[in-house]
Amino acid sequence: MGSNLFINYGEAVAMLLFGIGFGNLLLQPNLIKKIIGLNIMDTAVYLFLAEKGYIAGRVAPIVANGVQDVEAYINPIPSGLVLTGIVVSVSVSALMLALTIRLYRRYHTLDLDEISRQLKKEGL
Amino acid sequence: MDLIQNFPCFSIILCLFAGILSSGLKDKAAMRVNTILLSIVTLLSAATLLYTLSTGESFVYVMGKFPAPWGNEIRAGVLEALTALFFCVIMLLSLLGGRHKLLEEVEAGKTYLYYVLTDLLLSSLLALVYTNDMFTAYVFVEINTISACGLIMIRQNGRTIEAAVRYMIMSLLGSGLLLLGLCMLYDLTGHLLMSNMKESVARLAATGQYEIPLIVAIVLMSVGICIKSALFPFHAWLPDAYGYSTVSSAAILSSLVSKGYIFLLIKIIYRVIGFNIYHDTRIIDVLFAFGLMGMVFGSLSAIKENDVRRMIAYSSVAQIGYIYMGFGMGTEAGMTASVFHILSHAATKSLLFIAAIGLTDVSGGSRKFIELTGAGYRNKWAGVAFTVGSLSMVGVPLFSGFISKLLFAQAAVQNHTKMLPALIVLGVSTILNAIYFMKTVIRIYTPVGYSAYPSITLAKMRIYAVTLAAFILLNVILGVSSQPVVDMIRQGLTMFS
Repeated sequence: MGSNLFINYGEAVAMLLFGIGFGNLLLQPNLIKKIIGLNIMDTAVYLFLAEKGYIAGRVAPIVANGVQDVEAYINPIPSGLVLTGIVVSVSVSALMLALTIRLYRRYHTLDLDEISRQLKKEGL
Repeated sequence: MDLIQNFPCFSIILCLFAGILSSGLKDKAAMRVNTILLSIVTLLSAATLLYTLSTGESFVYVMGKFPAPWGNEIRAGVLEALTALFFCVIMLLSLLGGRHKLLEEVEAGKTYLYYVLTDLLLSSLLALVYTNDMFTAYVFVEINTISACGLIMIRQNGRTIEAAVRYMIMSLLGSGLLLLGLCMLYDLTGHLLMSNMKESVARLAATGQYEIPLIVAIVLMSVGICIKSALFPFHAWLPDAYGYSTVSSAAILSSLVSKGYIFLLIKIIYRVIGFNIYHDTRIIDVLFAFGLMGMVFGSLSAIKENDVRRMIAYSSVAQIGYIYMGFGMGTEAGMTASVFHILSHAATKSLLFIAAIGLTDVSGGSRKFIELTGAGYRNKWAGVAFTVGSLSMVGVPLFSGFISKLLFAQAAVQNHTKMLPALIVLGVSTILNAIYFMKTVIRIYTPVGYSAYPSITLAKMRIYAVTLAAFILLNVILGVSSQPVVDMIRQGLTMFS
C-alpha cells in the first residue's frame, strides 16, 4: 500500500488537489473562491488522466519526422478526454462568473450567505 | 440497416441544430420551431419504440462507422425509446401550459433564449438516454446542467439568480465526482463504451483484482448522480430553484432534468457495472437508507411550507426518495417500480406545477395558502387538475401514483430483510403526502362568500385548459391501463442486461 502510494505519487497529488478543490467549492462562502475551487477540482481530474495516459520514455502522438512506430507514442485517448474536459470546465466557469457578476451588481457582495440574508430582508 | 435505426441519432442532432437556429430567430418563430421540433422528436421516438417492440431486441448505432472498442455508439432498446417518448410529451405539455406565464415573466424580445435552452436541454436528455459511451454521457450531463441553470435564471430577479448559483454549485460538485469516478473506471477497464466496460468489470470482479479501486469508482459515480438528482441530504438547492423560476422551468426541472440523471444511474447499474456486482457492493443499502429518509423528511418539510410552489418542490424530494428506495431493494421488481415511478412522477409533478400556477393567478399572484381559499371555484380547470395531481401523489386508485405505490409494495414484500422498513416508511409517507396535499385541496375548495379576485373563463385560457386535460388523461391512462407500460419496462430492463 505505502509503496504503491510512492510509485503513483502523481495520482496521489491529483486526489489531494481534487479534495482541496471539492472542499473549497462546497465550503467557501465567497463566490470567487468557490469558482477557484471548481477549477482546482477539474484540473486535478485532468492531472489524473494525464498521469494515466503517460508511458515513460514516449512522446506525445504528433507525427513530426515521418511516420513512426506505435511504440514511440503515449496513449492519446486520455489526452483527448482532457481536451474535452477543459472545454466543458471553461464554459461552466464562464457561466459561474457571469452569475457572480449579476449577483454582485445587485447586492454588492460576493458572500453567498450575506446575499441570502439580504434576500430574506427583501421578502421576495 | 433499417431507416428507423437512424432515428435516435437524428433526434439528438435535430435538437442541437434547432437550438442553434433558434438563437437567430425572433420570439414567436423560436417558439414555433420548438413546438415543431418537439412534435417531430415525439413521432421519431414513438417510431423507435414501435420498432424495438416489433423486433424484440435493442440495436446499436455506430457513429462514424468506427467499430466497437474505438468508436462512439448510440444504443436504443424498449426502455430508452419509452423514456425518450415520455420526456418529449411531458416537455411539450409543460411548455404549452406555462407559455402565458413565460410571456409575462420574461422581458419581451428575450423569450427566444428560453426556447434555445429547452432545445439544448432536450438534446442532452435524449443523449443521456441513448448514449452507450460514458464520456459522452459526462459531456451531456454538463450540457444538461448549463441549460437547466439557464431555465432557472431566465426569470430575472434576485431569488432566481441566487437559486441558479446554488443549483450550479451542487451540480458541479456532483459532476466533479461523476467525472472522477468514470476516469477511475476508465483507468481500471481501459474502455469508455458501456458494453466493453461491463465485460472488463465482470473480469475484474471474478478475479478479485483491484477490488477497492472498483468500489471507490462505483461509489464516486453513484454519489455524484445522487447529488445531481437531489437525493435527500443534498436537496437544499431544490425548493428555491423549483419555487421561484418560471412555471415551465419548474415543471421541466422536476420531472425531466433530475430523471435524466437517474436514468443514467440505471444505465450505469445495468450496462456498466452489472446488476449483481452493483448489488454486492452494499452501496444499494446506503441508497435505500437515504431514500427512506428522503421520503419522510421531504414530506415533513412540505407540511411546514406555507408557499404552494415550494410545497410541491419539497414533495419532489420525497418522490426522489421513493425512486432510490426502489433501487435500494436490489431486486428486478424494485427496479421496475422505480422506473415506473420515474414516469408517473414526471406526469404528476408537472401537472401539479402547471395547475398551481392557474390557482395562484386567480389569487392575485400570491402563493400563500390563505390567499388560495376558494381558488378552485375561480379557476375550475386548474382546481380539478390540482385535485387529480394530489390524488395521484397520495396514491388513490385510478391514478398513476397508486400503481407505483402498489409496485413498490409488491417489490418490498419480495425482499425479506428490507420489507419491514420499506412498508412502514411507505405507509408513513403516504399519510404525510395525504396531509399536505389534501390540506391544499380542501383549501382551494373552501367556499368564500365574497372574493376580491375575479374568476377566469375558459375562453381566456384555451391552450392552458387543453394542456391540463392532456395531463389528466396521461395520469389516468398510466393509472388505469398500467400493465402494457409495466411490461415494456420489464422487457426494457431485460434488454439492458
